[in-house]
Amino acid sequence: MNANIINELISLLGKENVLTSKEDKINYSYDATPDTDRCEPDVVVTPSDREQVIGLVKIASKNRIPIVTRGSGTNLSGGTIPVDGGIVLSMLKLDRIVEVDPANLTATVEPGLVIQRLNEAVAVHGLIYPPDPGTVTTATMGGSVSECSGGLRGLKYGVTKDYVMGLEIVMPDGEVIRTGGKTVKNVSGYDLTKLFTGSEGTLGVITAITVKLIPAPKFRRSMLVIFDDLDNAGKTIADIISNKVIPATLEIMDNVTIRTVENYSKIGLPVDAEAVLVIEVDGSIEEVVLNEFETVKSICSGNGAVSIKLAESDSDRDAIFAARRAALPALAQVKPTTILEDATVPRSKIPDMLKAINEIAEKYNLKIGSFGHAGDGNLHPTILTDESDSEEMERVHKAVDEIFQVAINLGGTLSGEHGIGMAKSKYMEMQFGASGIAVMKRIKDALDPDNIMNPGKMFWRG
Amino acid sequence: MTIYDSIDEVREELQKCMKCGNCMEVCPIYLEERQEGAVARGKIRLVDAVLNGKLEYTKGFADRLGLCLTCMACVAKCPCGVRVDKIIFGIRAAIVRNRGLHPVKKAVFSVIKRPRLFNFGMKAGSRFQGLVFRKHVSVTGAHPRFPFGLDMRRIIPPLAVKPLRQQLPDVVKADNPAGKVAFFTGCSMNFLYDKAGMELVEVLKRNNVEVVTPKEQHCCGMPILAHGDAETALKMAKSHIDIFSRLDVEYIITSCGSCGTTFQHHYVDMLKDDPEYAERAVKVAEKIIDVSDYILKVTGIDESKLGTLDMTVTYHDPCHLNRGMGVKDSPREILKKIPGLKFVEMKNADRCCGSAGSFSLTHYDLSMDIHSHKSDAIRETGADAVVTGCGACIMQLADGMNRFEMNLPMYYTIQILGMSYKAGEKENRS
Repeated sequence: MNANIINELISLLGKENVLTSKEDKINYSYDATPDTDRCEPDVVVTPSDREQVIGLVKIASKNRIPIVTRGSGTNLSGGTIPVDGGIVLSMLKLDRIVEVDPANLTATVEPGLVIQRLNEAVAVHGLIYPPDPGTVTTATMGGSVSECSGGLRGLKYGVTKDYVMGLEIVMPDGEVIRTGGKTVKNVSGYDLTKLFTGSEGTLGVITAITVKLIPAPKFRRSMLVIFDDLDNAGKTIADIISNKVIPATLEIMDNVTIRTVENYSKIGLPVDAEAVLVIEVDGSIEEVVLNEFETVKSICSGNGAVSIKLAESDSDRDAIFAARRAALPALAQVKPTTILEDATVPRSKIPDMLKAINEIAEKYNLKIGSFGHAGDGNLHPTILTDESDSEEMERVHKAVDEIFQVAINLGGTLSGEHGIGMAKSKYMEMQFGASGIAVMKRIKDALDPDNIMNPGKMFWRG
Repeated sequence: MTIYDSIDEVREELQKCMKCGNCMEVCPIYLEERQEGAVARGKIRLVDAVLNGKLEYTKGFADRLGLCLTCMACVAKCPCGVRVDKIIFGIRAAIVRNRGLHPVKKAVFSVIKRPRLFNFGMKAGSRFQGLVFRKHVSVTGAHPRFPFGLDMRRIIPPLAVKPLRQQLPDVVKADNPAGKVAFFTGCSMNFLYDKAGMELVEVLKRNNVEVVTPKEQHCCGMPILAHGDAETALKMAKSHIDIFSRLDVEYIITSCGSCGTTFQHHYVDMLKDDPEYAERAVKVAEKIIDVSDYILKVTGIDESKLGTLDMTVTYHDPCHLNRGMGVKDSPREILKKIPGLKFVEMKNADRCCGSAGSFSLTHYDLSMDIHSHKSDAIRETGADAVVTGCGACIMQLADGMNRFEMNLPMYYTIQILGMSYKAGEKENRS
């Protein structure tokens, strides 16, 4: 990058906010995505307010330099890897809570705020911000809005896009727009809030986010249920929903995951079980919660559950959730590389999907553990491999191709919550066809004609 | 091969990292700096780049690898079990091999590693400290009068007039002893908190334990190891294995988590391939026990002897006592046994106080920024005293008290127990 541009950035942001050392470039060449290329930016900038963001976007726009906006870099789609170099725009210094508005049940925050900080701030009002991706204590609001993250509570409470009410965005030419607002009802114009939510930094830079809050549920009951037959577990999931119980959490772990978790943390899971379900019902009326809990319990035993472990206390609940939370760490310790996918299918197809994954694992002689959010059909087939073994990686890539094909064939989608980025862009046509891609491309070209916003993401370059 | 003499051992740890970034939640330095190079994931990537020839041992690299408290919060958090502390220690040793030791540190360490000179220096210091430090009004401590590598704002505790080890007899006998232990005093009790050291021995005596305090013991070597001078640290390790292997004791008591961790883990790691020392290092490590664990789990506490203490205390977990030695519950359980004493848990009690030994000297402002959260957490409890189990933390807490305008006394856990015994004696007499 031309020294004049660096100097322009320095005079805008100050020297300490313009990082150009080799070490810094290495440190912003990756995110949490496994098996992706590392690409170094030319410069990393750390502005601390909107005016600075506008200024640097104008510099980038004038010089047609790519901008890769980044929060904590915890995404799993290669979304923040600067494939074309340019500017990595770290938003971590814009991390204020602008306002919590209990009367309107909204909060307005800057994008660099860690999600958990928002939860802490609204808890004192008896409110919650429900989207809770696994990275809730590290990921930023801006990152999770840009990727439209999900989490464990998706089935009952929805995902990030269900809570984003309004955005402030610096467009690729430096103009600022505001979308949506604080009103529940708002049909004026195109729904740009939804367009930008999950747009993966390809359309503009988010500088403020207004989200919906809900009252914190007062009561909850949890259980861990073990099945020796996958279909029974699948039928249980379907029966719970058709009996009009919507659990806050309805998680599944397959046999490979159960074995690995048990080996890792010795918490007493039967290693021959075919599936474990972790179920939690919650609500603000105790009687209703208890009724739902009984309904779920009898559905589980009616479907041949081998054992049902009920949480009698907070520590029981913690133990049950610890089992589920141990899934990824336990799998991650088996081999050096952990490839975590998030192909998602309609929930009725979960048993079909799990069986297909097992067949694919066998076909390519790979170890794949699956766990995930059974209630919303969002599975995490996790391939345990080693990046340095190129022969095995070839089989891994073929297996991933097939997993996506199966998910699409079952009426599902490539990504439930991780986003497309550079990791899944080559499969986009599989899901949308050439005409679907063309519509998205026209939107991208219209809003970002010079393609400076996170180039190389979402659209496959071949 | 150990991590201290070959980077291949470090390589193995690096490969475990899956770049999830969970370390960002807990790293005290990252939470202040919020730059990728400040957190374990970022440092691991830099080490990886160096090991793969994509980056030299640059000053920028050395500086970033210097930005670690080795508080092990990331190690405890890491889903993949990456031993970041080992990577840091190993790579700092490699940095010293490649770039040499920082000149100031070199001068300091050359004194620490020679026990006699260090003893002399510290004793001379105690006599002349009025010349270089001016007394601070509220806290027991003093400001430096001249800048000599210490920040002028820093509060330094007064040096012991006579180091602890010279006050203690070689053996404190007990009639028909319930146990026989060696006492590793550590530098902070020896030179700064000698009164607490005497009280510790008093508590052991009350529990009818015979205490051997070998005079020739010296600094455990952690400060030197942490800064990459593995060669010197190795000599110190061997010397301690020699000293403590000779003793016929059931346990070796430590009163500082960093010293205990060094004996328990680092000596074993450093000496694992040494045919003469490996086995003895493991035996010594197995005898190491923190004094709170020893009192609670080995001798037990005769609660009838405890007297009432009318105070509200909170407890700060020293990083190496908690995550290094795994001692978290015993100090709290001891405190909860004291009649009349109210224990209030502080927020994030296990978060680093920012001291990290000489880190607080080399990065004073950052260290105090980190400490401000500790200070806030203490204030919120409304406690009238802070209890902990590490001399370096007490030093930092004292400095923090001054900086953030609090004036609470600080105690080792064992001192509180000693105070309760004394109160009990009075109560029984009257």
